[in-house]
Amino acid sequence: MMPDLGKYGLEVNSSYVLSLLALAVIIGLYAKRSRAVKRDLAAMEAVHDA
Amino acid sequence: MNNRSIAPTFWDRFWRLANPKVFMGWSGRALPWVAAAAGLFLCSGLIWGYFFTPDDIRQGSTVKIIYLHVPAALMAINGYLLMFVGALVWLIRRQHVSVLAAKAAAPVGMVMTLIALATGAIWGQPMWGTYWVWDPRLTSFLILFLFYVGYIALWAAIEDEDTAADLTSVLAIVGAVFAMLSRYAVLFWNQGLHQGTTVTMADGAQQDNISNVFFQPLLLSMAGFGLLFLTLLLIGTRTEVRSRRLKVLQARERME
Amino acid sequence: MIQLFLRDVGLSVRSGGGFGLALIFFLIVVTLIPFALGPDQTALAVIAPGVLWLGALLACLLSLDRIFGLDFEDGTLDLLATSPLPPEAVYIAKAAAHWLTTGLPLALAAPVLGVLLNLDFEIGKILCLSLLLGTPALSLIGAFGASLTLGVKRGGLLLSLLVLPLYVPSLIFGAQAVRLAGQGLAYDGALVLLSAISLGAAAILPFASGAALRINLR
Repeated sequence: MMPDLGKYGLEVNSSYVLSLLALAVIIGLYAKRSRAVKRDLAAMEAVHDA
Repeated sequence: MNNRSIAPTFWDRFWRLANPKVFMGWSGRALPWVAAAAGLFLCSGLIWGYFFTPDDIRQGSTVKIIYLHVPAALMAINGYLLMFVGALVWLIRRQHVSVLAAKAAAPVGMVMTLIALATGAIWGQPMWGTYWVWDPRLTSFLILFLFYVGYIALWAAIEDEDTAADLTSVLAIVGAVFAMLSRYAVLFWNQGLHQGTTVTMADGAQQDNISNVFFQPLLLSMAGFGLLFLTLLLIGTRTEVRSRRLKVLQARERME
Repeated sequence: MIQLFLRDVGLSVRSGGGFGLALIFFLIVVTLIPFALGPDQTALAVIAPGVLWLGALLACLLSLDRIFGLDFEDGTLDLLATSPLPPEAVYIAKAAAHWLTTGLPLALAAPVLGVLLNLDFEIGKILCLSLLLGTPALSLIGAFGASLTLGVKRGGLLLSLLVLPLYVPSLIFGAQAVRLAGQGLAYDGALVLLSAISLGAAAILPFASGAALRINLR
């Protein structure tokens, strides 16, 4: 399954792991902030409309 | 009868997005599709590239890093271009959606720059024998990273939203001019180890350009990164639009 | 505008005005380098152009928040904003004053300090020239950065963060010119580009800073 990366396995794999990690972090941060603000806004608008 | 004045052109429809409500409506509908497409292209590009491509004669398996490095680098530049345009539109037309899009684009662009730098350094180590070289392209990316950090820091440092929008936009525009200047300065300063244009449509006649075997998964990966950027841009801008509305409501409440 | 320029120069030269501080800082940095990197004379001569340029650059950086900061704090800047003098002119006057009291002295002092780093005096003259051509850009860019961070409390670090990437082209061309001269190669191309940056900054940044000042003084 795993391709034979020869002697560069560490470099290739660390590149992929770090990059995917960085992407996961930024996606997670954006999603989290989006949810928090959505929630706060909904709460605020409920009070506001009431 | 003058029909041409009735039918909306692409740009007419585009500018309607400046209205927050219209933007939220459109982006909300588009988001699932863009996100799904991003996932599709990114996965297929990276999986194909990682598992199903051969090694390069000279670079061995490290050539697989190209599927991360090149798209990330493109998005890093793209991010700054977007910030530049958003800043310009804000200063000229004072439409919040555009400057909030610029604000949302910045962290993503910064992360892309980091990925490009990190993968570049990791790739460089076995190829050039060192993690860091003051090569024109790498150096330009380091400067680009610093520009991103400065822009984000300035947004964070100023309390009033509109003032922050104004000042960061001025910074983005001056920064873009200097970024281009830096590019040429750094080229002058060091002719560099980086090869010329990697991705051209030329045939395999030129030794330094990559062949089709590598090119197709690269295209998929580039599309994937691009769509991911767009996804995060939409999510981020929507968050900023909501955040702004939230602040307005909070301010109103404090006054009552 | 001339009056503002003269006033700022005068303020800076008076005691407590910070005039000598940039020079002292420059001296300290240059003396620290051999401690950090070892006293090998040939090695020092090689790095001297870069170190001296960097030292001058950092010394410039330190005095940047004084450009607008003091006047902002005591309300003078608001007064200037209501005067018939346009913000662009305020910026130019203040950037010029900064250069006269910081950039120029640093440029003149550099060859002298170069002696500490075993820099050949002939090369030192080129160094002086490159700094004379390059420090206007540093003052102009620095004043631009100061105009952006005007309202930010403790904005010094942010100011450095914004300004340093913008300093890079000047640093590259300036130090490179001196290095090329040291190797006996043609260095006028680098000096021309260095001057171009200073001129370009003088052409564009007044408008950008004027805008920033207007925004901050609303």
